[in-house]
This record gives sequence, C-alpha cells and structure tokens, in this order.
Amino acid sequence: MPLTDSLRDDILATVPSLRAFAISLSGNADRADDLVQETLLRALANIDSFQPGSNLPAWLFTILRNLFRSDYRKRRREVEDAEGNYAKTLKTQPAQNAHLEFEEFRAALDKLPQDQREALILVGASGFSYEDAASICGCAVGTIKSRVNRARSKLAALLYVDGAEDFGPDDTVRAVMGGSGG
Amino acid sequence: MKDLKSQASKNTTPGKGGLTPEIQSRIGHQLRAMYDDVVRQGVPDRFAELIKKLDAPGRTPQVENDGGSNDNNGRD
Repeated sequence: MPLTDSLRDDILATVPSLRAFAISLSGNADRADDLVQETLLRALANIDSFQPGSNLPAWLFTILRNLFRSDYRKRRREVEDAEGNYAKTLKTQPAQNAHLEFEEFRAALDKLPQDQREALILVGASGFSYEDAASICGCAVGTIKSRVNRARSKLAALLYVDGAEDFGPDDTVRAVMGGSGG
Repeated sequence: MKDLKSQASKNTTPGKGGLTPEIQSRIGHQLRAMYDDVVRQGVPDRFAELIKKLDAPGRTPQVENDGGSNDNNGRD
C-alpha cells in the first residue's frame, strides 16, 4: 500500500519497540540503532509489499530480524562489550544493586543460542503471540514454543539454580553468612 | 469437574531445569524491565526525521516545470 500519513504514524509508533528488540538481540546500542535505521529504509522502500490491514509490527520485526541474522553471520559478533554498551543507553542509571542484577540478566541472555533468545524476546517481552513469533522467525509454532521453554529453563539454570557458571551460589551464601553470622 | 486440582498442582511443581512458576515470572519480569526501559526512550529524533524526510508522496514534482504547459500550475 502507499505510504499514507497514518501508515507513517504507525511505523513511527513501532520504532521504540523495534529499538528494544534490536538492543535485546544485539546487546549493542549503536549497532541496534543502525539496524533500526536499515529496517526503516527497507520498509519504506518496500512499502508496496505491505498488505493493508495485516500486522505492521510483525512485518517490521521480520525485516529487522532478517537483517540482524545476515549481519550476524557476516560479523560473528565482533563486539563483545555488550553489557557496557548497553548500560550506556539507559537514561536513568539504576541503583547499584538493581544494576548488578540487570547486568547478570543481560549476560545470561547473551549466553542463549540465538534461536532461543529471539523467540523468548518476541514472546516474553515484545508480546507477540506464538503464531506471530513463528511467522517472524519463519518456523513452526511448535518450534517457537519449545525454543521459548528451553530459553526459560536455561536462564533459570544460569541465574537462579545451582550450577550457574559465573557466580556460584556457594559464594553468595558464604558472603551472606560471613556478613551476618559472625 | 475432573482433576482440576491435580492440574493446578501440576503447574506449581518445579519442571525440568528447576523452572518453577515463581522463577518463570521472575524471568519474565526482568526481561520486560530490560525491554521496556528502551521502549520508554521513545523515538529518537534521528528516526523521526528519517521517516519524515522519506515520506514525501506528492511532494516530489519540482521538476514539472520543464514542459510548456502552464495550465497545470494553477492547481494549488
């Protein structure tokens, strides 16, 4: 369909969540904004192929996701300081504790396989239905469901259950006991 | 009416990987907190301007002057 004013407004309204998706995927704010920009240019160049009345956010997310995928293959994540870069994008610096917890979560998210990470973000944060997430990722609904489940289990294992790699619960317990127990 | 109770208790049993409903909701909460933090930043100027600039449906024809037909110009 042609680019009407209302369609343009709808695209603009999707930009904040496109950015959130891009940052969640890439872990890098600068790269995320480049991805969003590229997504918008592609979308506007191909606006004729957008079906009026269909799901605009899903259409835009599909473009961004595919761009990220091809970009990812090319660059193999040369930027590793994801957390630091991400933190810079925050307008309000969270309190120290919350910030630490946030960094831990971010680091755990980055450890997920890409398939699982994108499925979890689309369903758990962007709020897409399993069906929409499946069409964005070009796979079956059942595949999305199992990716989301595996992503959750893995995050749980990394963050809240024995055997987390970076911060052993033993150390935490010891620190707590040492501090209060005497 | 059958087995509502056992269904409910199924949901609160830790699944494989220690994924209790409580942990699951904690993950969901953190994920959305991270995501919404970016969403709340709104639309950066750079994107608003980009979309505005590219959105010029009927505004391109500055070039129409080259013909001799002045009749069309009175339209505005």
